Amino acid sequence: MNLATYVARRLTLMVLVVFGVLVITFIVSHVVPADPVTAILGGNAPQEKVDALRRELGFDKPLHLQFVAYIWGAVRGDLGRSLRTGRPVWDDIQQYFPATVELTFSAITLAILLGVPMGVISAVRRNEPADHGARVFSIVGVSMPVFWTGLILMLFLYHRLGWLPGPGRIDFAVLPPPSRTGLLLLDSLIARNWDALGSAVAHLIMPAFVLGYVATATIARTTRSSMLDVLGQDYIRTARAKGLRERLVIVRHALRNALIPTVTVIGLVFGGLLEGSVLTETIFAWPGLGRYITTGYLTLDYPAVMGGTLYIAVVFSVVNLIVDLTYAVLDPRIRL
Amino acid sequence: MSVLATPRYDEVRRAYRLWRRSPLTMVGTVLIGVLLLVALLAPVVAPSDPYEQDFSVRLQPPSRAHLFGTDQFGRDLFSRVVYGSRIALQIILIVSVISGVVGTVVGLSAGYFGGRTDEVLMRVTDMFLAFPSLVLAMAFAAALGPSLPNMILAISLVTWTPYARLARGETLRAKTMDFVEAARSMGASDVRIIGRHILPMTVSVLIVQLTLRMGTIILTAAGLGFLGLGAQPPTPEWGAMVSDGRSYLMDQWWMPTLPGSAIALAVLGFNLMGDGIRDILDPRLRR
Repeated sequence: MNLATYVARRLTLMVLVVFGVLVITFIVSHVVPADPVTAILGGNAPQEKVDALRRELGFDKPLHLQFVAYIWGAVRGDLGRSLRTGRPVWDDIQQYFPATVELTFSAITLAILLGVPMGVISAVRRNEPADHGARVFSIVGVSMPVFWTGLILMLFLYHRLGWLPGPGRIDFAVLPPPSRTGLLLLDSLIARNWDALGSAVAHLIMPAFVLGYVATATIARTTRSSMLDVLGQDYIRTARAKGLRERLVIVRHALRNALIPTVTVIGLVFGGLLEGSVLTETIFAWPGLGRYITTGYLTLDYPAVMGGTLYIAVVFSVVNLIVDLTYAVLDPRIRL
Repeated sequence: MSVLATPRYDEVRRAYRLWRRSPLTMVGTVLIGVLLLVALLAPVVAPSDPYEQDFSVRLQPPSRAHLFGTDQFGRDLFSRVVYGSRIALQIILIVSVISGVVGTVVGLSAGYFGGRTDEVLMRVTDMFLAFPSLVLAMAFAAALGPSLPNMILAISLVTWTPYARLARGETLRAKTMDFVEAARSMGASDVRIIGRHILPMTVSVLIVQLTLRMGTIILTAAGLGFLGLGAQPPTPEWGAMVSDGRSYLMDQWWMPTLPGSAIALAVLGFNLMGDGIRDILDPRLRR
């Protein structure tokens, strides 16, 4: 199979998956709740109000027509109107999503920068103190609840020591740059607003670390085990036998091949980051999509919750697609 | 049987040796042992009733009388954490059973019947995998209405996929074996072949996978509890307790942090033990 066919097949699969995601969110929002309208309005709403909303949301129509309307709406980016903000959910998502993007990308960058070297060192110094230390760091990382790590760090680094700023994206006292991309770091750079940039970076450190901790651990563990696999291969022995320097053997010969599973796992942990962001954003009052969704739950803002969930699932699928395609380029065997 | 007994015994001895050689696995086993004991003996371990309010001792810091301090209602946090272990184990057990059974049935059917059944079931599995599981569980929990049973159902609905994949793979392998062919040629029904011949071949792999995922189940449950989508107050569920104590972080640090440490230790225990089990079963380490 050549690359084009593979991409075409993978895209078809992705369309199918997105359709399935729509089916699931439709079922969750229209079929599972005993009565979505009561869920929205509460049990004591007057009957005429219930009927009006039922008509407005199309719940008076047969289920299959509701489904068609739902799909058609989603395809056009019409995810309904948020009950809390009163604005179209799509517009809300456009406003909240950049904060999540900034947080998750900072987290994944941090995780790669920490995790890959940690995994390599672990593998090269197998069963030595550095390896044990890295393993303990990793296993603690995947064991701690994100929201708890967040609270602990906040308690020490913000409340007690005052080293890092508290919740939010930027200090109240700092004038934020005009929003162009919604990404505060980028906007500050464009506006050359160094105060805002500094404040935004300082605000990012704690949440990005908390969110990226699990990812760091996973990346380190995967890199370690794939490095160990590769280091046991014959061609590594050959490379060493022909007298290459150890550093060259490790970086050029071993790491390059060992990184293939790491790339996959980076894609996989990205999904974890999206869900971790829901909890992290809640702890750090980060105005992103995760917080938008959780606030939606608490205020019974169904359209916001389902729209946000759908959006996250689609982003997750797209990321998986990109990972699979990168994988196919890196490792031609996948396309067979 | 006696022919099999000796190698089986060797296996156990080998496993025990490997277990002894890995301090981290031992730590994990001890943590889980403590968790089980605490849950079992909760009424003995806990100094007081987890629901009993005593406003004369509101918001007390940890002391000899109240190991983990007290909350805004004067409830003894240590007792609540102790009873919370029962809830955590209950969640793990029920979620493992439901998701294990659902995943196995889906995987076995897909692998055994193949063809269109396989295609449909696996695409459905892919769709579930396309969701970040916590986000999907949140959606289910919110739609069903927040409560402990609904949360358990919601987590089960999003955690069956890995078992389906595994069971399918194992079934595909088992299906080609001679004894399955023999059973079929003797006229055994599909149900009998699956139940008596294929299922036993897949069980051990699935059980290992189940133990490996127990930590994740606690984390998901605690996350949902923290977001208010799980057990409702006054149930002493760990995640809900952290969420409850969150607004007291600055002045009553023990309220959110100590119940949170119970979650971290339990998950750590399961992860260490799971890692150990995987290493012990990993044939590459036998050399």
